[in-house]
Amino acid sequence: MSPTGSRLTALAEGADGSPGRAALIGYLPVGYPDVARSVEAARTMVGAGVDIVELGVPYSDPVMDGPTIQHAVEHALAGGVKVRDVLSSVEQVAEAGAPVLVMTYWNLVMRYGIEAFARDLAAAGGAGLITPDLIPDEASRWIAASDEHGLDRVFLVAPSSTPERLARTAAASRGFVYAASTMGVTGERATVGDRAAQLVADTRSAGAGHVCVGLGVSRAEQAAEVASYADGVIVGSALVRAVQEVESDPTRGMDRLAEVTAELAAGVRGARR
Amino acid sequence: MSAPELSGGPLGTHAGPYFGQFGGRFVPEALIAALDELETEYHKALADPAFGQALARLHRTYTGRPSMLTEVPRFAEHVGGGARVFLKREDLNHTGSHKINNVLGQALLVKRMGKKRVIAETGAGQHGVATATAAALMDLECTVYMGEEDTRRQALNVARMRLLGAEVVPVAIGTRTLKDAINEALRDWVANVETTHYLLGTVTGPHPFPEMVRDFHKVIGEEAKQQLAEEVGRLPDAVAACVGGGSNAMGIFNAFLDDPQVRLFGFEAGGEGVSSGRHSARFSGGAPGVLHGALSFLLQDEDGQTLPSHSISAGLDYPSVGPEHAWLNEIGRVSYQPVTDTEAMDAFRLLCRTEGIIPAIESAHALAGALRLGAEAATWDVPDGQAPVILVNLSGRGDKDVATAARWFGLIDDETGTTSDEGVQL
Repeated sequence: MSPTGSRLTALAEGADGSPGRAALIGYLPVGYPDVARSVEAARTMVGAGVDIVELGVPYSDPVMDGPTIQHAVEHALAGGVKVRDVLSSVEQVAEAGAPVLVMTYWNLVMRYGIEAFARDLAAAGGAGLITPDLIPDEASRWIAASDEHGLDRVFLVAPSSTPERLARTAAASRGFVYAASTMGVTGERATVGDRAAQLVADTRSAGAGHVCVGLGVSRAEQAAEVASYADGVIVGSALVRAVQEVESDPTRGMDRLAEVTAELAAGVRGARR
Repeated sequence: MSAPELSGGPLGTHAGPYFGQFGGRFVPEALIAALDELETEYHKALADPAFGQALARLHRTYTGRPSMLTEVPRFAEHVGGGARVFLKREDLNHTGSHKINNVLGQALLVKRMGKKRVIAETGAGQHGVATATAAALMDLECTVYMGEEDTRRQALNVARMRLLGAEVVPVAIGTRTLKDAINEALRDWVANVETTHYLLGTVTGPHPFPEMVRDFHKVIGEEAKQQLAEEVGRLPDAVAACVGGGSNAMGIFNAFLDDPQVRLFGFEAGGEGVSSGRHSARFSGGAPGVLHGALSFLLQDEDGQTLPSHSISAGLDYPSVGPEHAWLNEIGRVSYQPVTDTEAMDAFRLLCRTEGIIPAIESAHALAGALRLGAEAATWDVPDGQAPVILVNLSGRGDKDVATAARWFGLIDDETGTTSDEGVQL
């Protein structure tokens, strides 16, 4: 059974008479500002209302990321973060009680060894992978390895995806399908792409069980809007920026991050379904 | 060198997305629709005689094709082995390099697709200049991404692009070289793919770029083959080309891939030497990996992070290489070897002084490689009474590299910017 899929289903169904809702999925890169504090930050996020964690592996050439995340991963790489730090971080963050997906560019997994990465991620308690530069067409070895180790496979769809590609991606994904709200890279935007709701509907029609939306969501009202039609709301840059503020003013501890997370969580929980 | 086993169809017409295990499309889903459209439009254009005629006319009346074949006997004396050396003169093309062949082909495609804007990346500036030129010619909006470090190394080409009406964006992230310029171009493309064509400059990137760019450049080898047949009445014994991304090399190799008696050599930038760690020798110092949409050979650390590359030549300073080259290396059809900055600059000086031709520093790597071939030329099985024939692709001219070369040879004082008469005697 899919770890993230089960969580999304449980949230959607609600519990103890409470209404169902979408999930808040929070992204942070491992190693920013350093490994220990990135683990603390991820756990803080969970404590403040994130339902599913997305831990990023810092990469030298993050072409799907905008300036905020790129700055953070460059900082992490300069600090010497390694792929093995990500696996140990997964273990510590998973203990906080939320499923942990790893967001990674594909070369890092290839270099580690696809089968070995799947084995070690599963052993660390990871839920699966989000792969921004791996489309299902190129993923046969990852599909086999993730099947063997019971890991989720989150592939992306975009506003430009054809119906055929939506169907193919929906069929290949497990856990959820990541719908990119807009054509572009990660970063905070004034509005979430107006094509996102249609993309979610089309992806569901193409066979996806769960569809979560990312790119551009940074404020509570945007989270509420997306949560009204998607199974999950993915936030990255806004949380990374909160960590950045914490880093520049250590006396505040993780308070700012907890605050931002709680606002987003309230947005998701207050969404009209 | 023994002839490799050729099976599975002609090598010269091999189509993507895969070249053996290499190639593919490792890009965000957002780009897949555009890549599919490009592939479809490209194949339609290939089947349309009007497209071929339009491109051939541009080659003839704008680029200056066919480019000349020049024998360089004084240079050949230094090669030794009794070899005759011929240069394929892509340096005489409009804009100064082979890059214009591909750019005109893609720009014609852009017009067919109805897009109004092109973006490009450039290292040395040759591809950027060629793209800005084609954009001016065909009334397209043009943005060129260039690593900040490269904008300093190639200031004159930056000015040239701006004169042609292009916007040049210096990229101040990462290593600030070609690799980072490509990252920025890809980000732009993801955001603007519906109106914009990424006019990629070499035989790498996601399918169909490696195949398409090769096809636009194969005119180099086809012409050289015919010109040599007229000059010496036979095929060359060896073909040498420099390999950064690998477009000029694929262009000249393609016509000879299925002639197993022709030895093919690709010369990478060995920088300060492969053992120094400061180089761009992917086949000597890299391993298979994914960068910029293709699985190929890549300079990377034990985690898979891209390592910085180095070369005196901005055009060869790239940590990966076209996937078809990775395949040709794997099946042993092409021999890839590193050439150091020093070897390349020695060959640069030699061509200047023996033949009155100032080559691009990229091309000087191929010339340095040719100088090595003399030692083995005597062992080649050459028709009775004939000299071994080495064909070198002179992929570009040295206009853009004069300042770099002058500094290398101590002809310009970096502090004052004045010329020095105490520099190394050429």
